[in-house]
Amino acid sequence: MIKFLLMVNKQGQIRLSKYYEHIDLAKRASLEVDVIKGCLSRKKEECSFVEYKDYKLVYRQYASLFVMVGVSENENELAVYELVHNFVEVLDKYFSRVIMFNLEKVHVILDEMILNGHIVETNKSRILAPLLVLDKMAES
Amino acid sequence: MSPSVRLQEMIRVIRSARTQCEERGVIQRECAAIRAQFRQADNVGRSHNLAKLLYVHMLGYPAHFGQMECVRLIASPRYSEKRVGYLGAMMLLDEKQDASLLITNSIKNDLSHSNQYVQSLALCTLACMGSAEMCRDLAPEIDRLLRTSNSYIKKKAALCAVHIVRKVPELGELFTTAAHSLLSEKNHGVLHGAVVLITELCEQNPESLAQFRKVVPELVHIMKGLVMSGYSPEHNVAGISDPFLQVRILRLLRILGRNNDTASDAMNDLLAQVATNTDSSKTAGSAVLYETVLTIMDIKSESGLRVLAVNILGRFLLNNDRNIRYISMMSLQKIVQTDHNAVQRHRGTIVDCLKDPDASVKRRALELSLALVSAVNIRSMMKELLLFLSSCPPELRAQAASGIFSAAERYAPSQRWHIDTILHVLTTAGADVRDETVPNLIQLITTANELHSYTVHKLYRALVADISQQSLVQVACWCVGEYGDLLLRAECDDTEPVQVTEDDVLDALETVLQSHMSSPATRGFALTATMKLSTRITHNVDRIRSIVSIYGSCIDLELQQRAVEYNALFKKYDHMRYHARRGSKNCPVSSDDAPQSTPAQPHSLDACPTSSSSPEGDLLDLLGGLDLMPGEGCGGDLSSVFSVLLWCPCTVCDSSAQCGLWAYVCFLPCVPLAPSLTVYEKNGVTLRLQCDRQMDTGVSITLSASNSTDGDITQFNLQAAVPKCVQLQMKAPSGDVLPARAAGQLTQAILLKNPNKVGLRMRVRVSYCSQGTNYQDTVQIDSFPSVAWQ
Repeated sequence: MIKFLLMVNKQGQIRLSKYYEHIDLAKRASLEVDVIKGCLSRKKEECSFVEYKDYKLVYRQYASLFVMVGVSENENELAVYELVHNFVEVLDKYFSRVIMFNLEKVHVILDEMILNGHIVETNKSRILAPLLVLDKMAES
Repeated sequence: MSPSVRLQEMIRVIRSARTQCEERGVIQRECAAIRAQFRQADNVGRSHNLAKLLYVHMLGYPAHFGQMECVRLIASPRYSEKRVGYLGAMMLLDEKQDASLLITNSIKNDLSHSNQYVQSLALCTLACMGSAEMCRDLAPEIDRLLRTSNSYIKKKAALCAVHIVRKVPELGELFTTAAHSLLSEKNHGVLHGAVVLITELCEQNPESLAQFRKVVPELVHIMKGLVMSGYSPEHNVAGISDPFLQVRILRLLRILGRNNDTASDAMNDLLAQVATNTDSSKTAGSAVLYETVLTIMDIKSESGLRVLAVNILGRFLLNNDRNIRYISMMSLQKIVQTDHNAVQRHRGTIVDCLKDPDASVKRRALELSLALVSAVNIRSMMKELLLFLSSCPPELRAQAASGIFSAAERYAPSQRWHIDTILHVLTTAGADVRDETVPNLIQLITTANELHSYTVHKLYRALVADISQQSLVQVACWCVGEYGDLLLRAECDDTEPVQVTEDDVLDALETVLQSHMSSPATRGFALTATMKLSTRITHNVDRIRSIVSIYGSCIDLELQQRAVEYNALFKKYDHMRYHARRGSKNCPVSSDDAPQSTPAQPHSLDACPTSSSSPEGDLLDLLGGLDLMPGEGCGGDLSSVFSVLLWCPCTVCDSSAQCGLWAYVCFLPCVPLAPSLTVYEKNGVTLRLQCDRQMDTGVSITLSASNSTDGDITQFNLQAAVPKCVQLQMKAPSGDVLPARAAGQLTQAILLKNPNKVGLRMRVRVSYCSQGTNYQDTVQIDSFPSVAWQ
């Protein structure tokens, strides 16, 4: 099960965070700091999986953006790795330019893909369909 | 800043803040504005305000005042507001907050809304933060939604059901039938949800597990369809059709097939097919293969399949992608215990991975290598491991060192190799080894008798080269002290002999003593070694004396004590020193200090524990309850006496100062100052007198009696009288029965104080009962051994 998903920039500022398991606000902050420090300090030759407490972290870097996913022990890390890539591709397809200014739309996309820590849908067109409908509704 | 500024503006402003302080200021202003807005119940900007608040919350600032606003927005009829409201509910609310109860009703209504998007919002929120009561309330609704025809809703409802089952396990039965029927869907999203739901049900409830085993053929069929189908544009990821679903199904198969033969049999073909047909050039394929391997290993598969799985992992090890190498090593580690031989085949690759630049891969490779060490490959593996140790990252050093030690201990082909290996580890990573290594190594060296000269030469050289590794220095000092004569003789046949003079050795020890890098324990070792050398070497005793006396005023209590006692040894008991040193051959090792076996002062072993005339008596008191084997007297074996006293105080003395004390107890009961004198021999009873110890003002002697008749002698009693100027103190006898045929002895110690140094004379009255007859005799002892009154 996916426990949380974070998107951070190179300086370590959080651009998006989504938790699928409830964690107190105070603990959340320290968790984020630890995870970000752990992933950002990795060099290029190191592999994308890090062990942190009882989570496994899978991270990927896209230009200046890091996507980090914390999963439980029994998950297949390679599958999560692919999932991250899928997610970024979907974002890419929808947002033609910089994404971070439309945070609630990103949340909508994320909710379409992952629900309660499990994958719901991985087909890009099906994920984006409701969003496009929403946009049309908003415009009219 | 105008109150209805949009989210994007605010984000832009916050990101452009250059300092933390500035950012906090901006956020505080915004929050104040938002709070004011909320109170106004303004319709237009509410969703924007909440969105801004959520962003602020994501950055870590408190946002609890938005909770009621969420509730209000959820109840609103407009979709955009509902959307933000639900998002807020997911982020700000959890079941511990009271406000979460208020949205139960809204969720209920929205679940039956005509618009599927609204329904999905409600499902999403319920799945995220639904409490147990909410779940119980709404479970029937979810069940109904699971049977609708709308696949968009069905897939979300399935995952919502997963959450409900987790929260309220009893509701699991409600969903089992629905889950069954969902498996026949075509839509992959729904299938995925169904598989996850079944997985959750099986994990929660063993009965469901038994029930769902019937589903295995259906799952196998679905998988076959996925694997064998051609290019499907809908779900294709790098040539594999829907790898996510494949992985999920494989995991479910693993759970169903565990510990169950029939289910496992049904899967065997499928797993073989997946393993051979999946293309692993991209990560997606590797992910599927990895899951397959995990499944094969977990269920009761046939051995051919297991070999196939291990081979796949071996192939992964050679892959260029680091992630895949890491994954394969993790899996190999899990199976190395059960399928040892299969993993051994890939040993070469694993050992190569020790040189990988990634720290996680190195760690896994180290653990695997240590697990693969066996008697056959110990030499080559150790070479690699030692190479690794010299270049490994610091956090792995301790683990590597201890792993090498235990492997060496189990599989060492020869003692010399063992010692060499340990020395090598100490030179490279001496700072990271555990504390027990030093005594263990010392014990190993003592047992390896033929290698003493080789070891001491090697250690001496290491000592001269580098004194920063404490463990190494400690062992080297001990060795030099113990086998210094071998070192000086330079007759080592294994390594080239180097001419080592006494001065060199003393120089080395002195350097250790004076260096600021040496810890107090190390200094202790060095000092003791110096002392021991005083008997091994001939020319530089004065130098040793001066070294030792310097430390008599050292600040460190331990060192000072040792130095003072060694000094005393020099002064008073010079002639004893040789004997004292010689007796340390077979000392067992104690764990808290080196087996110093260094005598401080000679002491009579036969003395009762309450001897008050010397400090060592207090020591024996400290040792408490020591059984001094009365029968031993002067014939006792030195080494066994040593071992008695060396072993028992470990429990009594816990501070290191005290341990220093006990280590100094030397007892040389049996190196007599003069031979024993037979003073009375009659009726089979022999009485012998022996001078044990001389002090400045007196002497202590021991009278021992033995019986050579065939019957026991009872009521044996000794009385003594001395001239007036001599003081007599008689200790308690060891008994009053003399066993027959000299089977045992009786001893009694007598302390004579002779301050005026007159000639010693003594009259002894012996009384005993032998074969029913009482005897009494008086003996005059005029000729004491002359050393007694010097």
